[in-house]
Amino acid sequence: MTATENPTNYKWVGTRPIRHDGFDKVVGKARFGADLNLPGQLHGAFVRSPHAHARIVSIDTSAAEAMPGVKAVVTGDDFPALDPTHPNYDTAVNCMARGEAFYHGHAVAAVAATTKAEAKAAAAAVEVEYEVLPAVLSIADSMADGAPLANPNNHTKFAPPGDPSNLATITNLDRGDVDQAMADADVVVEMGFDCAHVHQGYIEPHACVVDYGDGKANVWCSSQGHFRVRSMTADVLGVDNSKVKVVPAEIGGGFGGKTTIYLEPIAAKLSEKSGKPVKITMTREEVLRGSGPAPSAELRIKIGATKDGELTAIDGWMAYGVGAFSDMAGLIGAMSVASYKFPNLRMETYTALTNTPKSAAYRAPSAPHAAWAIESVVDEVATELGMDPIDLRLKNAAVEGDLTAMGMPHPRVGLVECLEALKASDHYQSEPAEGSSRGMAVGFWFNIGEESSATVNLNEDGTANVITGSPDIGGSRASMALMAAETLGIDVYSITPIVADTESVGFTDVTEGSRATFATGKAVVEACEDLIEQLKARAATIMGVDVGEVAWVDGAAVSPGHGGGEGGDPLTLAQITAQAKRTGGPLTATASLNAAGAGPSFAVHCADLKVDEETGEIEIVRYTAVQDAGTAIHPSYVEGQMQGGSVQGIGWALNEEYIYNADGAMENASFLDYRIPVASDLPLIETIIVEVPNPAHPYGVRGVGETGIVPPMATIGNAVKAATGVRMTSLPMSPPKVLKRLNER
Amino acid sequence: MSRTHINCIVNGEPTDFLAADATSLLDALRDELGLIGTKEGCGTGDCGSCSVLVDGKLNCSCLILAPEAEGREITTVEGIADGDQLHPLQQTFLEGAALQCGICTPGFLVAAKALLDANPDPTETEIRYGLAGNLCRCTGYDKIVRAVQEAAVQLNSTSKQGV
Repeated sequence: MTATENPTNYKWVGTRPIRHDGFDKVVGKARFGADLNLPGQLHGAFVRSPHAHARIVSIDTSAAEAMPGVKAVVTGDDFPALDPTHPNYDTAVNCMARGEAFYHGHAVAAVAATTKAEAKAAAAAVEVEYEVLPAVLSIADSMADGAPLANPNNHTKFAPPGDPSNLATITNLDRGDVDQAMADADVVVEMGFDCAHVHQGYIEPHACVVDYGDGKANVWCSSQGHFRVRSMTADVLGVDNSKVKVVPAEIGGGFGGKTTIYLEPIAAKLSEKSGKPVKITMTREEVLRGSGPAPSAELRIKIGATKDGELTAIDGWMAYGVGAFSDMAGLIGAMSVASYKFPNLRMETYTALTNTPKSAAYRAPSAPHAAWAIESVVDEVATELGMDPIDLRLKNAAVEGDLTAMGMPHPRVGLVECLEALKASDHYQSEPAEGSSRGMAVGFWFNIGEESSATVNLNEDGTANVITGSPDIGGSRASMALMAAETLGIDVYSITPIVADTESVGFTDVTEGSRATFATGKAVVEACEDLIEQLKARAATIMGVDVGEVAWVDGAAVSPGHGGGEGGDPLTLAQITAQAKRTGGPLTATASLNAAGAGPSFAVHCADLKVDEETGEIEIVRYTAVQDAGTAIHPSYVEGQMQGGSVQGIGWALNEEYIYNADGAMENASFLDYRIPVASDLPLIETIIVEVPNPAHPYGVRGVGETGIVPPMATIGNAVKAATGVRMTSLPMSPPKVLKRLNER
Repeated sequence: MSRTHINCIVNGEPTDFLAADATSLLDALRDELGLIGTKEGCGTGDCGSCSVLVDGKLNCSCLILAPEAEGREITTVEGIADGDQLHPLQQTFLEGAALQCGICTPGFLVAAKALLDANPDPTETEIRYGLAGNLCRCTGYDKIVRAVQEAAVQLNSTSKQGV
């Protein structure tokens, strides 16, 4: 079913109110990470490694310390030495190198000075002596026999103790008899693919201000999760969580890239040493060189099918290049293989370290790479069989009870509904415009639950404050307010949604995994349900009836004598809160949970495009994104997630890539040369919201943030094949690569 | 360190401030005048987050030195609304959900105002090229383009009523 056919008839859920934080954001008042200044604050600047891999022989800070305005200098020696098995050991070393620099751009020292210019000049005056070490720059190099170690602290996870390795994970999944199934298949297609590193590309560079005093670091920063900033910063500083307070600023985009830290403990140490608040903002170049891109990948996928279109077997090999520190990308890539039934499956995945920046999550991390390869091969199978690509997918689409690659049975999912919605759409029912060709592909993301807390305080006039710990990246305050309004039965604009600091709300995990509206929303609804019970009890007191006779209807208490059919009026929420003082005091409720039952989300995309045979340039002329939202709480922001994910995927498909030189230095570390899509590159992005409610959420939410980035690369690759006969197998499909393949035809 | 005394008009108000010669107009607006609505996304003129109008023309304030503002009229995002009365662009951005994280929004509003001031009835393609110097990573531009289209309709209907 689509959103317009939603049969549930909610009063607030599914409507499109103006977001509560919107006014401040259109008049320039909203305060993002770089927008807070404290009296007397200093400015921090980093010294970064000019080598992809080097031993730090010595660091001489004396010249820098003597420069005008310089108040503090820190190096790795200023931080406690964590045990290498500590969960945040890698984070600590990534924030500031200890004895060895693992990538070009790795922070090795930092200074704080009165002005930005003084800090920059002093950073340049720090003298670092390096002994250059062999660098591992590609997945193939990393996995080669006898390869030098990218990071001698890395050991393969879940493996028996052994020597250090360049592999962080090795996953082997197996079911059925793949070899026999391939031998029996009528059609077998096998192809290899690769993807370059790409960056999340949030427009707001990382920024923070830290004021250290009385043994405590007070941190203001933008992040996807200030409780994680707290625990990571505390661990890197070697202090308890209670010695770090994090106040969330507005966040200017994250997409997974702000689920970790780079600056906060460094600013804290500089503040401790100087006795003054310290502000650090990354430059765009630092963001690209020093913060986490998505992994690169090399993949080989083989799929077997019967002549009537049953996909009988998949045999996959996927390796992810994650930079210089351990990561789970390969394992997560395996988890993302879940769209089709595949009775026989073998999936071998690796996570390989390279001397490049430490990977960070990027929107459905690892899934886009896998889907790019698998959906391309499925398209080839459809072509070989002469089947419509949607019909082939419908025949094999995973439904409730089917197993993912990891062997987990799907709960109720909406892939079939998404495929049918695209098939029935105006886009798919229309012929491609003159000169353009069409492709489509599927994407999956499992979504997560995790821990959330919410406090709802009813004010004496019947308005409410909804307080959570989930940073609002793209409209989640409005979602929280809508769910609270629906549950309590009051106007959405009488609710003030608040994102509170680490000392003002219960622990809440990061805004990641498409979990905020699902898990934090669930906590909000539970707190509101608690309040309804309290309101009914207060109403019973006021009405002089037994609480068992009171019901909550449309934001008011109803009993037989009060709007229940025997005269009298219901008691509204505002009438009850007005009498709170005499009925027991303020009405507040808190709910905390570890949310189970995150609903997996499927998306299906379709693109019409033209390929310029003279330049190799691809022009997208029409694009449609279909996605199962479970329930769209605020449809505009659901569409926004679908459109934003689509366009990030289009950028990944067409332009975006880290270009390293032979020494491992990124050669395109600016928004001029790392080219993300601009408005003139794109058509409107049509959206179709499918709603197959998630039974594990009170309003059916699945979470919509991530899945939209998964299908675009194969969608575009499949359309390029239709347009030119050429199967692109390397991302990005930039004009030089496309032209080369066209000329080879 | 010597600093230059600069006189200019900011959002309609005569304004003066001190800035070192190497200070960008962006840093001066943010650090000297407290106008934090203008954002830095790159500092190299590639993202448009720091868009301001200088004598009515669209500019990246990160590429202008503060002393160059002498005698000029600067409009920032803070100068687009009339008190609590939002500019139609601000209203259509809100109603159309044309912002997600909101960091690029000030730059887009300033750039869109410059576009509509110069071309009150742009086509979709003209809007896309008019805003091509502004990067947004959240929206895919769809709802931004639609909000600008809607604001143009509203502004044109208001100006026709005025005639």
